Amino acid sequence: MAERASSQILSEQTDAQGDSDVVEAVSRTRLVARRFLRRRPAVGGLAVLALLFAVAYLAPFVTPWQYNQLDTNAFLSPPSAVHWFGTTQTGFDMLALTTRGLQKSLIVGLVGAVLSTALAAVVGAFSGYFGGTLNTVLLTIIDLLLVLPSFLIIAILSPLFRDHTWLVFVLLLAAFQWMVTARIVRGLTLSLKEREFVAAARFMGAPAWKIIVRHILPNMASFLIIDATINVSSLILAEVGLSFFGFGVQPPDVSLGTLIGDNAGAALSYPWEFYFPSGFLIALILAINLVGDGLRDALDPNAVFQGRR
Amino acid sequence: MTAFLLRRLAYLTVLVVVATVVAYFLAATQLNPRSRYEGRNPPPPPAAVDAILDELNLNDKTPVIDRFTRWAGGLLHGDLGRTIDNTPVSEEMSRRMWVSLRLMLLGSILGTVLGVAAGAYGAIRQYHFSDHLITVSSFIVLAVPTVVLAVLVKNAGISLNDLLGFTGETKLLYTTGEITPGLDSWSLAGISNRIAHLALPTFVLMSGAIAFYSRYQRNAMLDVLGSDFLRTAQAKGLTRPQALVKHGLRTALIPMATFFAYQFALLFVGATFTERVFGWHGMGELFVESITKNDVNTVAGVTLFVAVLVLLAGFLSDLVYAALDPRVRV
Repeated sequence: MAERASSQILSEQTDAQGDSDVVEAVSRTRLVARRFLRRRPAVGGLAVLALLFAVAYLAPFVTPWQYNQLDTNAFLSPPSAVHWFGTTQTGFDMLALTTRGLQKSLIVGLVGAVLSTALAAVVGAFSGYFGGTLNTVLLTIIDLLLVLPSFLIIAILSPLFRDHTWLVFVLLLAAFQWMVTARIVRGLTLSLKEREFVAAARFMGAPAWKIIVRHILPNMASFLIIDATINVSSLILAEVGLSFFGFGVQPPDVSLGTLIGDNAGAALSYPWEFYFPSGFLIALILAINLVGDGLRDALDPNAVFQGRR
Repeated sequence: MTAFLLRRLAYLTVLVVVATVVAYFLAATQLNPRSRYEGRNPPPPPAAVDAILDELNLNDKTPVIDRFTRWAGGLLHGDLGRTIDNTPVSEEMSRRMWVSLRLMLLGSILGTVLGVAAGAYGAIRQYHFSDHLITVSSFIVLAVPTVVLAVLVKNAGISLNDLLGFTGETKLLYTTGEITPGLDSWSLAGISNRIAHLALPTFVLMSGAIAFYSRYQRNAMLDVLGSDFLRTAQAKGLTRPQALVKHGLRTALIPMATFFAYQFALLFVGATFTERVFGWHGMGELFVESITKNDVNTVAGVTLFVAVLVLLAGFLSDLVYAALDPRVRV
């Protein structure tokens, strides 16, 4: 639906330009993909991201060591042929730990971002579409969550997920991430619900939830995609911050945050313990930010492009 | 207008109260102050532990609602209760507040001013080499978590000390604490010692702020640069730099007002990671310690403090808006 609507707008724009050349009809998806691929930093970011995914999930099959496996012959050994990234004080393989941490960071970021953006979309759209009491209640909840210091709350609740799965942790992170987006979605919904196609759907007897899911949310898809991308990196950073103080992912499991927190003091004497996880983290965040920036430009209908679109 | 502001103030006050109450109940039910006395050798008599916990209003045998009533009663008289070390929470907080302020003030001001300047300059010189340089460096800094940046800067400082031969007691740059103990705070030696302690954490805070503000300021400035009023300003005889500063920068600063206000309010609590790495005993550290030490009253106190700050920031951003945008002043 959104695709049809926006391609219609695009065809109107091309008509308005009044070119005598025959304009090739391009679908929205292909247009966005073409614009994205023209941005070299964004493509580079995507490549790095793919590479990091491959390293995180394939390295455990290639390297002989697992993240929970001790090498009692090598304590604090620098990078060598046996342990490419060196070992820790207790003889864990840094490469195995780093890839395990990378897996965790990727999962936390992706799952958390999808959850928080979805929650923001649903809450924002319902509060904007229905208005009234529901709107007041939801806005109050949003304000309250904004006032509560999320770091403190998640840290207090950290014993809850100490024995359970880290999924609770991701849920909590997402629960404190969605509020600002929900407000923006609400604003967008307020203007969208006055549009003709929403009125038409309403007169045809479509139920409210269907109008929201089929007509309102698809029309802000670009914004939601960009928001989710930004959320990935801010959630990964939030995880690192909490894990740094021991409130995040709990041992024996590791994340890039716990690795950085545990080894921050060793950065001078045993640099491999600190710089490998940090390096991977920086590469990951940089890649995500570049992809997000490229997506924003590619999805923005007002972006000015030189030459063909 | 006044009625609206008053209603808004009442609403926000209710929010602060609710947030603090929620934090108190969460902390009181989830944290376990008793664990501080468990596992000691020899084990203290249970009656004595109960007596201490009762005195601190932290005893988990008292129903949580009773503990809350006692705490809230104290709060109404301006008493935030006592920490787990049996000192007043308010005393602890007011001491640490100033530590945080001393740590963050310089870095925030420098970071904001330089960030705005860099962003505006980048926008004016769009697609030139300097613009690319600013954009690329802010992208990289934004990808480095504060923790990692702080550790990197700290280690760079240590290496620089070694390199320049400052291996003894006196160092060029200090990496731990506020001041060398025993120095008089306001003597010349004391002040220069403070600056040597402050340099590295300030650099960390500053780089983060510059990267953040330059990205936003560049976008805001680019929006303004294409506008008609800027051309008009030049047409009436202003030089381009005059027009850019008086009409361009001022307009581009308006959307940034909210960021300024929030940053100003969060000066007191915003540097948890930098404090940890550089060993400053500020509010950020209290934040973390209150949880690891199961210190319920401090958790509630810190939450109240942060909530009030967020509130003030909202009001402050309205004020800054009014100062920068004449349309708001009716």
